[in-house]
Amino acid sequence: MTVVLEARNLVRDYHIPGGLMKKAKTVHALKGVSFSVEQGKTLAIVGESGCGKSTLGRILTLIDPATSGELLIDGNKIDITKGDLTPEMRRKVQIVFQNPYGSLNPRQKIGDILTEPLIINTKTPADERRERAMAMLKKVGLDERHYNRYPHMFSGGQRQRIAIARALMLNPKFLVLDEPVSALDLSVQAQVLNLLADLQDEFQLTYVFISHDLSVVRYIADDVMVMYFGEAVEYGSRDEVFADPKHSYTKTLFAATPRADVASIKARLAKKQAA
Amino acid sequence: MALLEIENLVVEFQTATGPFRAVDGVSMKVHEKEVLAIVGESGSGKSVSMLAAMGLLPWTAKVTADKLAFNGRDLLGMSPAERKKIIGKDVSMIFQEPVASLNPCFTVGFQIEEVLRIHLGLDKAARRKRAIELFEAVGIPDPAERLGHFPHQMSGGQCQRVMIAIAIACNPKLLIADEPTTALDVTIQKQILDLLMRLQAEHGMGLIMITHNMGVVAETADRVVVQYKGRKMEEADVLSLFESPKSNYTRALLAALPDNATGDRLPTISELFVDEPSLQGAAR
Repeated sequence: MTVVLEARNLVRDYHIPGGLMKKAKTVHALKGVSFSVEQGKTLAIVGESGCGKSTLGRILTLIDPATSGELLIDGNKIDITKGDLTPEMRRKVQIVFQNPYGSLNPRQKIGDILTEPLIINTKTPADERRERAMAMLKKVGLDERHYNRYPHMFSGGQRQRIAIARALMLNPKFLVLDEPVSALDLSVQAQVLNLLADLQDEFQLTYVFISHDLSVVRYIADDVMVMYFGEAVEYGSRDEVFADPKHSYTKTLFAATPRADVASIKARLAKKQAA
Repeated sequence: MALLEIENLVVEFQTATGPFRAVDGVSMKVHEKEVLAIVGESGSGKSVSMLAAMGLLPWTAKVTADKLAFNGRDLLGMSPAERKKIIGKDVSMIFQEPVASLNPCFTVGFQIEEVLRIHLGLDKAARRKRAIELFEAVGIPDPAERLGHFPHQMSGGQCQRVMIAIAIACNPKLLIADEPTTALDVTIQKQILDLLMRLQAEHGMGLIMITHNMGVVAETADRVVVQYKGRKMEEADVLSLFESPKSNYTRALLAALPDNATGDRLPTISELFVDEPSLQGAAR
């Protein structure tokens, strides 16, 4: 299998300039994170808010540069501060955001939302753009008649489908999914997860799946990386991490996740009786 | 006697396209010292039915019920002034977004003392003492200093603790928690749930947990009501709900949990649960 994405010791510091009354300080958002993802696989990144998940997501999607460390996409080293960010590179990486209510422009029609990446990044003629947008709508389970509608006319799950469709318009190599289902209902969540799995099979897509929901991670991920205060405290295959968590934070995280099985309900009720 | 009794509650909103029925004939009872969970997806009317019971809906909503009583007193026929004496004192509510539900212009100390002043009429020194006690009870470190902080100076979990402190300030008989942990991290969620369960046991409160998370239900509830499109689909004690769900909708809901996934793809609710036509007609 080919490695699509590799990170070597990524570090990101944010400098907060001082003012009259306070000193300047540096926040170490990422403290040397390394991993690699093979084509067609899913790496899940788990951690609480403020642990650097989204900073990592921004570096992977080439929005922010890393302070130090190397990022390799398709075996090519990329440093956006040195002008490596070509349109081809842009096309390889796309992102789906958490909140589908905030990530779609309410003044743009669905058709315009889907064709905009093509306008910016390619020289595709208008009729082909339209054709490809129509095809993509069907691919994500929507309909051609949705082309001329506005985002407010769709439900949360449908909007997330649109956001996924937009990310796929440029045939990317890998997708960064930043909490793509945490704003969705359970039934809709299942549909979107299935859609992601279908698309992965069809296009051999590589996913970096940022989430805090361990039950979703256990379902969708091949590899899991647990982050805590900017460090990767645990990294391994899904079965390894879930069967035998090494770091104390991972154990805390597993213990905190609510369990919805009959045995644990019985245990809780018995404990309550005794108390 | 039941603490809160709701019988055949109907809530309709006037919209441009005619009345929309958000809650359609829901009945439930909450007993003293009981934890009732109301589960459903968005749009199932779980929040609206509780807001209706609290009288917090806007005037565009039409609320009718055969019975809507708290502690044997009818809530529907009550004047707003009378209702105000109960709401916030004997029945209180915690909302989903802790940071948004606190007033950003006032310190958290002012906001908790406001409740104590209005409902209990305590003097200044007693208010402050009680506020510090409450902050200690909900596990806020350094409570005396924290009273002078504004909501934006605290994290989401801390703000939710403040909300809980405000809600239990007057020792309510019934606490309604509307998605209290949805906006929080898993580890913080665990702390807040533990806190709620501890307070519930200590004060012997009735607790209504509104949630869409089956895990939260499993961890907290004694009894569960499942709602779908404004209707009650099932009511059962927590063990039998998870062990042998009676309604098709509950079964579909449980099957869609990633925890229970067996194959390559998750079963979706639309595959497993076909909306009964009679139901659809009624809900629209």
